[in-house]
Amino acid sequence: MTTRLNSEKLAELADRARSVRTNIVKMITEAQSGHPGGSLSAADILVTLYFAELKIDSKAPKANDRDRFVLSKGHAAPVLYATLAEKGFFPMEELLTLRKIDSRLQGHPEMKNVPGVDMSTGSLGQGLSAANGMALAGKIDGSDYRVYALLGDGELEEGQIWEAAMFAAHNKLDNLTAFVDNNGLQIDGPVAEVMSPLPIPDKWRAFGWNVIEIDGHDYNAIYQAIQTAKTVKGKPTMVVAATVKGKGICKMENMVDWHGKAPSREECELFLAELDN
Amino acid sequence: MGKATREAYGEALRELGGKNKDIVVLDADLSKSTKTNLFAKVYPERFFDVGIAEQNLVGTAAGLAAAGKIPFVSTFAMFAAGRAYEQIRNSVCYPKLNVKIAATHAGLTVGEDGASHQAIEDISLMRSIPNMTVIVPADATETCQAIDFAAQYNGPVYIRLGRMGVPDIFSDDYKFCYGKAVKLAEGKDVTIIATGVMVSVASEAAKELTKAGLTARVLNIHTIKPIDHSAIIEAAKDTGAIVTCEEHSIIGGLGSAVAEVLVENSPVPMERIGVLDVFGESGTPKGLLVKYKLTVADIVSAAQKAVSRKK
Repeated sequence: MTTRLNSEKLAELADRARSVRTNIVKMITEAQSGHPGGSLSAADILVTLYFAELKIDSKAPKANDRDRFVLSKGHAAPVLYATLAEKGFFPMEELLTLRKIDSRLQGHPEMKNVPGVDMSTGSLGQGLSAANGMALAGKIDGSDYRVYALLGDGELEEGQIWEAAMFAAHNKLDNLTAFVDNNGLQIDGPVAEVMSPLPIPDKWRAFGWNVIEIDGHDYNAIYQAIQTAKTVKGKPTMVVAATVKGKGICKMENMVDWHGKAPSREECELFLAELDN
Repeated sequence: MGKATREAYGEALRELGGKNKDIVVLDADLSKSTKTNLFAKVYPERFFDVGIAEQNLVGTAAGLAAAGKIPFVSTFAMFAAGRAYEQIRNSVCYPKLNVKIAATHAGLTVGEDGASHQAIEDISLMRSIPNMTVIVPADATETCQAIDFAAQYNGPVYIRLGRMGVPDIFSDDYKFCYGKAVKLAEGKDVTIIATGVMVSVASEAAKELTKAGLTARVLNIHTIKPIDHSAIIEAAKDTGAIVTCEEHSIIGGLGSAVAEVLVENSPVPMERIGVLDVFGESGTPKGLLVKYKLTVADIVSAAQKAVSRKK
């Protein structure tokens, strides 16, 4: 089985990711609030999932047999919204309503009103449990859909994550693939300094998960990890993806200050020009 | 003495399991106490023990509901409404997912385990969350019907159940009506509004009051949210005085909910029977009800006081 993406697909993913990153910057600038760093670090993972893997249909966002995606690190809502709009779940223009009154696009994802959002998240640590429940429902029903979740590395400091980690392995949820967006930074500084969750892969192995370590900006690596996870029986898979916070914009890369800060209009112009090149 | 509401819950759940294949049950290492083990024995493929991990208990149920299941989640009220409060708020109620939280061992009548296990704040916590429904059954029959209702209702429900056996109040022809108070006795001087284990105590108190020449209406309010506004307003207008009784803190529970309706619609003298903003302690359930002033005599004197305050 070939697990490499062809050059055409790779080019498409790169284009999509550029568009998603552009929209992340635009929408956070327009809102003058939001989380650019962790949205940009996760963009390549979401784009690969949504444009090379997920069995979903923007015209039937609640279809029972669809694959599910839970953004457990809900503060990265801009990357989810930008990806969903890119995929046709709602109009691209709506992205500029992010975080504004009367908008469906809440600061953190809300599943009731936004087509394509499979779980309301934002309070860290809760998304993996919800993904477990969806995967378990699939097992009970004998459905063959898969469930994906994206966790932050700082989020691993939440106790509920490890309750959920035990549960998924204990119940052999091999229809669940989770990612850690391992960008190394949280609000108060480097995760290793604030409250180290390291070594991340060893912890998940110890909890009974299949673990794959990749470069989270390499489309082929992301795609291969997804395909490998589908072949693993009896265990959930954790893809520990090494990423760069603020990826794609030099001034933001690896800068903790860009965790939850909006660019000014001037900065926005510079960042968009950089993404355009 | 009749069954405890938790026992009726376990039996109702087992019945329901046969009728509705979408029902799944989750527990956190307390299935023998919460009585979900009755369901587990018959439907092991739809029963999941998450271990001692209440946050994941509620979160997993949210995911199951998001994928079309009807999860009933059980643990002690302390660990459901308390430990997993924020999961209930953010993972269940905010997205209005179809999760039923059947919390047992509520209130002081947990008994010997003491204050650490006696949830006296759960009604308050649960009723303040948007989209949540709060039901406190008074006996086994009402519990069975409340569980049937919860399974049919689409949205989050918190059902408060007790450890201790309670007298049977309702006969088999009883019909549980969501959101509607149940009139158990008629009277003209005062209305005693009770919920859960205090309902039978309130009925006793009404009988006792006749010796003092007072007649009391008795209302069982099983649905604390949404509360029956019209029954409360009618009681205030008809009897002119109200006493509320609950095995819960006087802050935020039934008494508060009734007071909110009264002050906005028809203020009358009101007294609250409940735990007076203190923690409980170890003891027999009966002994604790006496020490914390949740007895027939306490209700009688509260009723007399309320009546005496009428202008």
